Amino acid sequence: MAEKKLMKGNEALAEGAVRAGCRFFAGYPITPQNEIPEYMSWRLPQAGGAFIQSESEVSAINMVYGAAATGVRCMTSSSSPGMSLKQEGISYAAGADLPIFIGNVMRGGPGLGNIAGAQGDYWQATRGGGHGDYRTFVMAPNSVTEMGNFPHKCFEVGFKYRIPSMVLTDGLIGQMMEPIEFTTPEIDPKTLTEPNWAIGVNKGREKRIAKSYDLREGFLELMVNERVKRYKQIEASEVMYEEKMLEDAEIAIVAYGISARVSVAAMKLAREKGLKVGLFRPITLWPFPKARLVELSKRIKHFLAVEMSLGQMVEDVQLALNGRAEVHLHAKPGASVMTAEEVYKTMDAIVKKGAKEYAAAK
Amino acid sequence: MYQGIRISGFGGQGVISAGYLLAQAGMMEGKEVSFFPAYGAEMRGGTANCSVVVATDEVSTPIVSTPDTVIVFNEPSLAKFEPMVKPGGLLIINSSLVNSKATRKDIKVLYVPCNEIAGELGNAKIMNMVALGAFAAATGAMTIDAIAKALPKVYKKLKPEVIELNVKALKRGAEFKLN
Repeated sequence: MAEKKLMKGNEALAEGAVRAGCRFFAGYPITPQNEIPEYMSWRLPQAGGAFIQSESEVSAINMVYGAAATGVRCMTSSSSPGMSLKQEGISYAAGADLPIFIGNVMRGGPGLGNIAGAQGDYWQATRGGGHGDYRTFVMAPNSVTEMGNFPHKCFEVGFKYRIPSMVLTDGLIGQMMEPIEFTTPEIDPKTLTEPNWAIGVNKGREKRIAKSYDLREGFLELMVNERVKRYKQIEASEVMYEEKMLEDAEIAIVAYGISARVSVAAMKLAREKGLKVGLFRPITLWPFPKARLVELSKRIKHFLAVEMSLGQMVEDVQLALNGRAEVHLHAKPGASVMTAEEVYKTMDAIVKKGAKEYAAAK
Repeated sequence: MYQGIRISGFGGQGVISAGYLLAQAGMMEGKEVSFFPAYGAEMRGGTANCSVVVATDEVSTPIVSTPDTVIVFNEPSLAKFEPMVKPGGLLIINSSLVNSKATRKDIKVLYVPCNEIAGELGNAKIMNMVALGAFAAATGAMTIDAIAKALPKVYKKLKPEVIELNVKALKRGAEFKLN
């Protein structure tokens, strides 16, 4: 085994992208994700790729849009306010079926917010963010090791289904250091076959165009419906999640990213105090692991969404369960982190309230 | 075994590098570790703090809200972090710069004149090592030797004689014992 190395989450994401074959990066600085462009600025030239610090977020996303059109594995990254600026470009890439890869290291919002970690961009990431009907494949790592290994999956899914992909993380995971273990294979982009849609030198083959529009009557509908078929395939085969101690659980915490880490501590605390608590961690936020939640609801009657926002992911839990179980929320907005003790108190209240209602019904 | 640590002080006192070093040392000893720097709009002279976890089991959260040990390098950090120490936990105070005493009776307190000792050794920059030495000896969470071995991994450009000086500072810190 190779010697273990301590790495920052942001650096792991950048290295993971390079290992997954990324050879072009364009971005504009913003805290707390600056280690990504900093890392790429020396790492990509070393790997035979190109790094550009653009004049704005808008130009960066459009540079990546152009690079992806040629079939290159490429990436841009930013943090919340910068991600808002990139939304138009993401919509265009989705419309042109281009597999750009995006890293969003979330910070406090709305507006300029602050520079601490937050989870307020869930809706923006999973609902499209930009205009029009489209989806983005979104993964939420909860450790430095996952930061390093998820770009591989994003490029794989992105290129297979021709869809923009995103790692949605936050300033905490971006800044923290943990021992890292890269488990995904290192990809030399020279060994990849050029996609049959990539534009480039036209050596007698049919003309290829990367575009997000079709003005002919009825043709846009065909274009969108063809894309929807791929979305359905992704929903059927690319869902990822993790479960902890759900076998006998009476309450299932649902949390992603850093909130899931705090929730593990809350779960352990609750177990010590005799509450049967388990954890369900969505790893893909779109597609959201709806079917598994429905299965769990046959036995578990209380689901507690724990998130560092006003409550965004909780709506996906509600949509999935559709009234099959009680859905509760422990919300921590404003770029502040919940503690395990706080989450435990919420669960204790749920149990006590349940007991009271039970007694009253008797 | 689980040890959650918070280190706090002025930017420039070596708060962040001390935390990084503890995590590196813990990892090299085969422990599970995490390190999280509070990365506010800190600058030299502002306040900085970090969380470190060294444990035998998987680290659930990297943010240490109830630390087993708190190390404070300056006066404002004492006021902020003393209330957070776990009952029965340890508070290490850099008595060279912190004039106040701890007020809690349910925790162990160790006063270490870090700056003075660093000055005696001839390098003000190694005052954070004095505190880490005291931490290692008082908690037994980690050996001085483990921290010493981690030094060249964290400070890649340090000359051997400077590493040696850091090790001396660790050892001087380890001489401070709890009453």
